[in-house]
Amino acid sequence: MDWTYTLAIILLPLATFLTIGLLDKSMPNKLAGVLGTASIGTAFLLSCYTAYQYFFVHGMVDGAYQKIVAFNMEWLRFTDTLHIDLGVILDPISVMMLMVVTTVSLMVHIYSNGYMHGERGFNKFFSFLSLFSFSMLGLVVATNLFQMYIFWELVGVSSFLLIGYYYEKPSAVAASKKAFITTRFADLGFLIGILLLSWYTGTFDFTELTQTTAIGGLAMAMPMGTSFLGLSIVSWALILIFMGGAGKSAMFPLHIWLPDAMEGPTPVSALIHAATMVVAGVYLVARLFPIYAIAAPDALTVVMWVGAISSLFAAIIACTQYDIKRVLAFSTMSQIGYMMLALGVSQYSEGSNLGFTASMFHLTTHAMFKALLFLGAGSIIHAVHSNSMLDMGGLRKYMPITFVTFGIAWLAICGFPGLSGFFSKDEILVAAMQHNTPVFIIAVIVAGLTAFYMSRLFFSVFFGKNTHYHHTPHESPKTMTIPLMILAFFAVFAGYIPFNEFVTSTGEPFHSHFHWNVAIPVTLIAFIGMGIAFVLYYKESEIPTKVTKALSWVYTTIFHKFYIDEIYLFVTKKILFGIVARFIAWFDRHVIDATMNGFAIVTNYVSVSIKGLQSGQIQKYGLIFLSGAIFFALVFIYLFV
Amino acid sequence: MNLQSFLLMRHELVLIAITLIVLIAELATSDSRKSIIAPLALCLFAVHTIIGFLPMEYGSLFGGMFNSTPINGMVKNILNIGVLIVLLQAQKMFDSEINRGKVSEYFIVLFSTLIGMFYMVSAGDFLMFYIGLEIATIPLAALAAFNRGENKSAEAGIKLLLSSALSSGVLLYGLSMLYAANGSLFFDALIHGNYEITHLHTLALIFFFAGMAFKLSLVPFHLWAADVYEGAPVNVTSYLSVISKGAAAFIFTVVLYTVFHNYADKWQPMMYIIAILTMIVGNLFALRQNNLKRFLAFSSIAQAGFLLLGIISGTAMGMATVVYYILVYVFSNLAAFGVISIIEMHTGKTTISDLNGMYRTNPKLSLALMLALFSLAGIPPVAGFFGKFFLFTAAASVGTTANYILVLIALLNTIISLYYYLMPVKAMFINKNDSPIAYFKSDVYAKIGLAISLTGMVVVGFASPIFENILAACFGIVGL
Repeated sequence: MDWTYTLAIILLPLATFLTIGLLDKSMPNKLAGVLGTASIGTAFLLSCYTAYQYFFVHGMVDGAYQKIVAFNMEWLRFTDTLHIDLGVILDPISVMMLMVVTTVSLMVHIYSNGYMHGERGFNKFFSFLSLFSFSMLGLVVATNLFQMYIFWELVGVSSFLLIGYYYEKPSAVAASKKAFITTRFADLGFLIGILLLSWYTGTFDFTELTQTTAIGGLAMAMPMGTSFLGLSIVSWALILIFMGGAGKSAMFPLHIWLPDAMEGPTPVSALIHAATMVVAGVYLVARLFPIYAIAAPDALTVVMWVGAISSLFAAIIACTQYDIKRVLAFSTMSQIGYMMLALGVSQYSEGSNLGFTASMFHLTTHAMFKALLFLGAGSIIHAVHSNSMLDMGGLRKYMPITFVTFGIAWLAICGFPGLSGFFSKDEILVAAMQHNTPVFIIAVIVAGLTAFYMSRLFFSVFFGKNTHYHHTPHESPKTMTIPLMILAFFAVFAGYIPFNEFVTSTGEPFHSHFHWNVAIPVTLIAFIGMGIAFVLYYKESEIPTKVTKALSWVYTTIFHKFYIDEIYLFVTKKILFGIVARFIAWFDRHVIDATMNGFAIVTNYVSVSIKGLQSGQIQKYGLIFLSGAIFFALVFIYLFV
Repeated sequence: MNLQSFLLMRHELVLIAITLIVLIAELATSDSRKSIIAPLALCLFAVHTIIGFLPMEYGSLFGGMFNSTPINGMVKNILNIGVLIVLLQAQKMFDSEINRGKVSEYFIVLFSTLIGMFYMVSAGDFLMFYIGLEIATIPLAALAAFNRGENKSAEAGIKLLLSSALSSGVLLYGLSMLYAANGSLFFDALIHGNYEITHLHTLALIFFFAGMAFKLSLVPFHLWAADVYEGAPVNVTSYLSVISKGAAAFIFTVVLYTVFHNYADKWQPMMYIIAILTMIVGNLFALRQNNLKRFLAFSSIAQAGFLLLGIISGTAMGMATVVYYILVYVFSNLAAFGVISIIEMHTGKTTISDLNGMYRTNPKLSLALMLALFSLAGIPPVAGFFGKFFLFTAAASVGTTANYILVLIALLNTIISLYYYLMPVKAMFINKNDSPIAYFKSDVYAKIGLAISLTGMVVVGFASPIFENILAACFGIVGL
């Protein structure tokens, strides 16, 4: 089986990026939109074909899905084992991600044709979208850590460019910088982790790194002895790598950029900050999962707790926000925390690896319904020209399609029985219950909170008070509603994909059955959350104001996102810039610059003083020539015998 | 010796044939049709360059006086490419009224020097080496004085002739001592001869060294260079500072590595001192120049100092870095000279301050010059960076403290060189000027020449097989 064609999935968006980007102004907007959409559409079809070939025809060998290197090219060689390659790897998670990324990206491309219509930088937007798709797909199929790192930074750059798309708005510029700097800072940890791991193992290659032996150990020798602060080198390396993942996936405490990133156009939020880039951290942990699970259980515990804390933290904040996109942003953070948590409670061995599958399952379903929520929110914002929930209400009458599709996504994320979120969330909860009770309790609370804040959002936007609008809101154009309907379809039915047959940590399918003992109580808790929201927000009422008044201190703290941003500002502005940087600046100016100036003065002086050597008189040249020869003769015959 | 073994001298024979064709063409054409000679010679030389790349056999001729090896072939090809670029840049010169009658003279003399260099590069015997060296040098004086009407050009010619006579004398003196001590001038006999190293040998080495140092314009044997470079026509200067120097550097390395292999403890410290002197003096002089040609002349002296870092290691790796650096240097320096000659021919401007504000009027030319200077300064990603990087690696790989210090000094010198290489860039891009050089269209030939050099500068840096091929060809040289 020749898999080389998979290369086209990655290269198509790159070609589109270059074409639209280079032609930019000389290309009609319509053509750019069609070209971008067609190219990602082709990539989508190729991904479907690849998925079919992989999962149903060629991927399974001896009862397990194999890692297939579809394409590989050596790029930079350090030693015989340590070299940076660029390639395409196919295994259950990468093929799954290919599907997720191309699906959501295609929907967002179609949607953007309508949403961005008439914007000044329409072509620029589409070229950036293509750049992002290329980078994300390259990340997904990376055969080695370093390739992943390269594309990791590329998605960071495209995210930066797209958040700052409205570059005339100071807030958008600030948000793009914040996102870039925060994730870059996290990537420093990632890079150190990569270097540590490759230094000790001598390879970047995923296949070699995660190869397991028959008895369940890793084939590659890992530095597992205790070495630094009670943890082994490999644990440190993986914690540092996870730091990069936590930065991209907006995990506590590196989450501060995600809410601000909502300054970008809404399709961008749907694609990058809900469905694809932000789950890169989850994907990274999943990619290295055998090492986490076998060689570095400490690091995996870190992943679990960071996930659990982030999901609770974000869910609490989401209950108090008014900006519709920010609610969704915190919800995203919370749901990604769920996925991390699920990975954290999983193990590599057969029978206890439900968490891994659950995490990947939730990643997929979440991508669908969260993209739908964002695109729906975009549709609403398009109609109302405001992000604030306070400006909305009773929209169901004006925007029926958006209302229905948004409703489906709302039910899916709340875990309404029969919809996709219900199944994937259930698997996560089961996995958590089997392995760690405190985490399980947190997960259940989060499930209740999720149902509450999503219902609060849904009711106050589509029901609630009858707002007076300057312009009567109207339903969005077809280009925007069709992707909504397609995604709604996925939000309903993605839950029926038997993930345990396809995506498992070992590659071997396992049997799983539905756990009613978890599903029923959790569903009830979700209903309670929805019920409370219904009472508070279905009709305009005084109760929410009263509740916030009664809890004013707590409420303010949560509303200000626990003042995390303020803490960051204090550390950077007051301590780093105010004290450390000031000293370094002084040192730079007075010691380093002065030394350099000194060198320059001396050099200049010498240069002036030897000018006489070049007199232009040929007899003098001859004299110096002969003197030189004689000098060397004397030195080497008499001094240097 | 059969007919086929003559094919070993393919480069030389084809070049001789071309020279004769140009000579016949000169005799056969009437005055009104002389204008075809320059394009004809150029085309013939392009064909010769391509022929050089065809696969060939290796071996030796004339009882070992003439050797054809893979690395010789490579060096000749590098020189060919360089000369091709020089010829492309020279085409415009023949448009002028004064030069019209001297076209074939230019080509015949230049080709003769190249033939000399080829024989020098392939020499297996000091006699052959010396004949090649002289063929390569004496006609150069005629080339330097090509603009006979100008005092400066004539001065350059006579200075080159006198200085090279002196250096040849010293060199020959050294060779005669070698003959006196060993009774042979064959490289092979000198390598394998079983003898003790006496003072006579050392003196021979030093005089040989001084003679080659003259060709390479190493301090303190360099003083002729600046005056000659300034006075000669630009493309002759570029020929002198790139092609002639490249050929000399190569054969110098070969002789040191083979014949003087056993004297390494003598020539290495000598080279150490000269390398440091050359880098520092070359840079310090270049720092103060405002004349573009003089500036490049001094910078090329400093560049030769860097080149010694590769030679000093005494390993095959070192030799490969030298050849690689010559290749890089051919492209970078010829690109810089190309831009300068275009400017000089079209506007007559020759100083750095004339470049002020040129980016606004001639952006492409400015960018080309910037890239060339970046490459000379060793700024990544252009090839110059890799060239310097490999040279420094070769010097550092010897592993002695002294060599680390040498590399450190070389690094400090690159900083100085960075300063003056950036001066023209600053002039073009940053300095304000109310009347910058007006926009002009450069001729097609010069454009092709620039395109080749710029492409080479980028490709050579990135294509790793090039260096690997050179390295592979360097193994197997006697003494390594």
